[in-house]
Amino acid sequence: MVFFILRRLLQAVGVMLSVALISFILFQYVGDPVTIMLGQDATEQDRIELRQQLGLDQPAPIQFARFVGNALQGDFGLSLRQGQKVSTLLAERFPATMELSVAAAGLALIVGLPLGVYTALNRHSRLSQLVLTLSLVGVSLPTFLIGILLILVFAVMLGWLPSYGRGETVQLGWWSTGLLTADGWEHLILPAITLSLFQLTLILRLVRSEMLEVLRQDYIKFARARGLTRRAIHFGHALKNTLVPVITITGLQLGGIIAFAIVTETVFQWPGMGLLFIQAVQFADIPVMAAYLCLIALIFVVINLVVDMLYFVVDPRLRVARTGAH
Amino acid sequence: MRRTLLATAMAAALFLPLSSHAKPFHWASQGDILTLDPHAQNEGLTIAASSYVYEPLVQYNQEFELVPALATAWEQASPTVWRFTLRENVKFHDGTPFEADDVVFSVKRAMAPTSHFKAYVNGIKDVRETGPNTVEIETAGPNPVLLRQLTNVFIMNRDWAEKNNATQPQDFSKKEETFSARNTNGTGPYKLVSREVDVRTVFEENPDWWGATNKKGNVTKVTYTPIKQSATRTAALLSGEIDFVLDPAAQDLDRLRQQAKVVEGNEYRTIYIGLDQKSPELKYSSVKGKNPFADVRVREALYRAIDVEALKKAVMRGLSAPTGTMIAPQVNGWSEELVKRVPYDPEKSKQLLKEAGYENNLDFTLDCPNNRYINDEAICQAIVAMWARVGVKAQLNAMPRATYFPKVQSFDTSAYLFGWGVPTFDALYTLQSLIRSKGEGADGSFNYGGYSNPEVDKLIDQVKTETDDAKRTEAIQKALSIHAQEFGHIPLHDQVIPWAMRKNVNVVHRADNRLTMEWVTVE
Repeated sequence: MVFFILRRLLQAVGVMLSVALISFILFQYVGDPVTIMLGQDATEQDRIELRQQLGLDQPAPIQFARFVGNALQGDFGLSLRQGQKVSTLLAERFPATMELSVAAAGLALIVGLPLGVYTALNRHSRLSQLVLTLSLVGVSLPTFLIGILLILVFAVMLGWLPSYGRGETVQLGWWSTGLLTADGWEHLILPAITLSLFQLTLILRLVRSEMLEVLRQDYIKFARARGLTRRAIHFGHALKNTLVPVITITGLQLGGIIAFAIVTETVFQWPGMGLLFIQAVQFADIPVMAAYLCLIALIFVVINLVVDMLYFVVDPRLRVARTGAH
Repeated sequence: MRRTLLATAMAAALFLPLSSHAKPFHWASQGDILTLDPHAQNEGLTIAASSYVYEPLVQYNQEFELVPALATAWEQASPTVWRFTLRENVKFHDGTPFEADDVVFSVKRAMAPTSHFKAYVNGIKDVRETGPNTVEIETAGPNPVLLRQLTNVFIMNRDWAEKNNATQPQDFSKKEETFSARNTNGTGPYKLVSREVDVRTVFEENPDWWGATNKKGNVTKVTYTPIKQSATRTAALLSGEIDFVLDPAAQDLDRLRQQAKVVEGNEYRTIYIGLDQKSPELKYSSVKGKNPFADVRVREALYRAIDVEALKKAVMRGLSAPTGTMIAPQVNGWSEELVKRVPYDPEKSKQLLKEAGYENNLDFTLDCPNNRYINDEAICQAIVAMWARVGVKAQLNAMPRATYFPKVQSFDTSAYLFGWGVPTFDALYTLQSLIRSKGEGADGSFNYGGYSNPEVDKLIDQVKTETDDAKRTEAIQKALSIHAQEFGHIPLHDQVIPWAMRKNVNVVHRADNRLTMEWVTVE
């Protein structure tokens, strides 16, 4: 078990380094932040000086080595756009992204799961057809458009919900939360729906097909023959067995939600890490972009690691195979 | 107990009338204020935010005339020495009195190596305290635009800056954020209440402001929020969550005109095309061994082939002011005569090209930014199409500003679209940077096409030091008109910038795209 984890950790470091390297190679093409920083009135001399000050005049490999060296000490440098520590900027934005992502994932599960079960059990009902048709919309409409539509209807036309921002937040140590105020909840609704829609559809369709698959299995037929109640068969036996792949997928998708929150955060001006990244790209703010990409890579790596370890714990066959090999 | 009740009642009586007059004002634009340090980032929105908290010695009124701010009077002691009398009984937000020493400190801070405001203190040799409320600024040579430069140099408190280790603007080689980037201590009409980067920045009225009695606006609390998506900004304005949008999207303007209010005005920025007329051979053209743009007939032909009214109608949706000169009407030196364009005439254009030997065989690349000016890429597309009609094959090369500006700044271009704003509101800024031959300092620093005429250079050098207003204006206009006759650049239009707001909001539109908060009224 320890060797297994160590090996995975080593692989994780490899992944992180390659992400850092690839992003650094890309940064050679995003342009020159110095011009934007100094504005159009600066002289060539000013630009050369600032470039030296920032270390941008050095060759890319040296910049990369220095970046990795500093990153290992938790120092990602200063944002070129705002002159603040990148680590502080990311730490300030992290809670917003996490709350939005977890809310979206939760919403997708809470709504997607029952709907998936319902459509599997009542395959031919009108409602099922309607839900499935609508779920196609969820898959095919881009997040951007869904967000704008929701704003148009609920903020502009009906005036029920706010269109942008995170509302009032409460500071709990370094974690800022919007979940303790009514205003914060109001601001969370539209972005969470927007971000969850794609996942919701995915879970709905996954649960439905898994459930249909399970319902065809022999043990369900035997259970029916034994005269168990429908409820016991569907929820006690069928759903339980459906859930294993669903939980795995949902866990892995959480990383995707965090990464894809970029679009939703931009539409709703949600002050999370994705919005920070988008602004950094326009400004060619290299330290912020590098740190963000590394952080997202880290989140993916950690989630994968946890899922792998969970397999190890949950699935007895894996354990047996390994002990057998020793 | 009774005493507490009484106190509460009195407090309520005192504060109620105030709160009924409270006028909160929420506004938004695309990006956030970059920093609250008044000398760290030379960017329009950042300077606007600085001006709520900090004040310069002199400032503009609504007609762009110079009026007193922290200096009440000024005179020229000699051609290179200006003497300023400072306003008395002014206090910083933390209560310390404003003194001559603070002016000396602030001007020097703006001259520091890490300052991005060096352009505004350009030419200043020394600044010194000459009395409890007088300072002298000495310039390297006579400088007729010094006062205009100083409108952007904000005054900080020396003791506060020293105490908080903020005597220099942000230094990126240090690993720490400067204290003054998130904290302020100015003399201005608003005090900073809170700052959450990229979320909101809140200011409240400074009741002790020296100008409070003559204040034109009535806003008591200002909240600025960046909203990146233009659709979301429009939605927030229509739903009443914000009162003002600095940069509404062009496609939303019709709707905003009906359901809210749109105020338009010229920006001080002129959009033009520059042509490399200096290189012996164009970098990006199949014409080899000679430079077609060195021939004034070719430049005139390209100018005459552009239908600027069609650009205004089709590309700019009416939001542009076509111009024949390189400066906007608000800029000192502008005249009715200069703004007249050489007429659009494709036939004449074809004839000129034929005479110059480029009938249907001129091709080159037009470099163009795609996220800097209003509709920049669309303008270039339209112009390429117009040139095609007279037989010129231009290839469009559009790119984001982070790659575009380094490219043209290294003179790696044959033809390019550029926009030039004039923060000093004086034509010298344009003449010196864009039109004068390359020389020391700012001379020709943005003259990427290499336009050069010794006579014009002489006029520009005269404009730099001439202190007689009439003679100076004459020199400016002569330089601009020679440049226009030689088609040194192809001016297109001055940008017109729309501001959108709720119907109950009144603002004063400024050509530098800055929202002056003490002029805003909310009904």
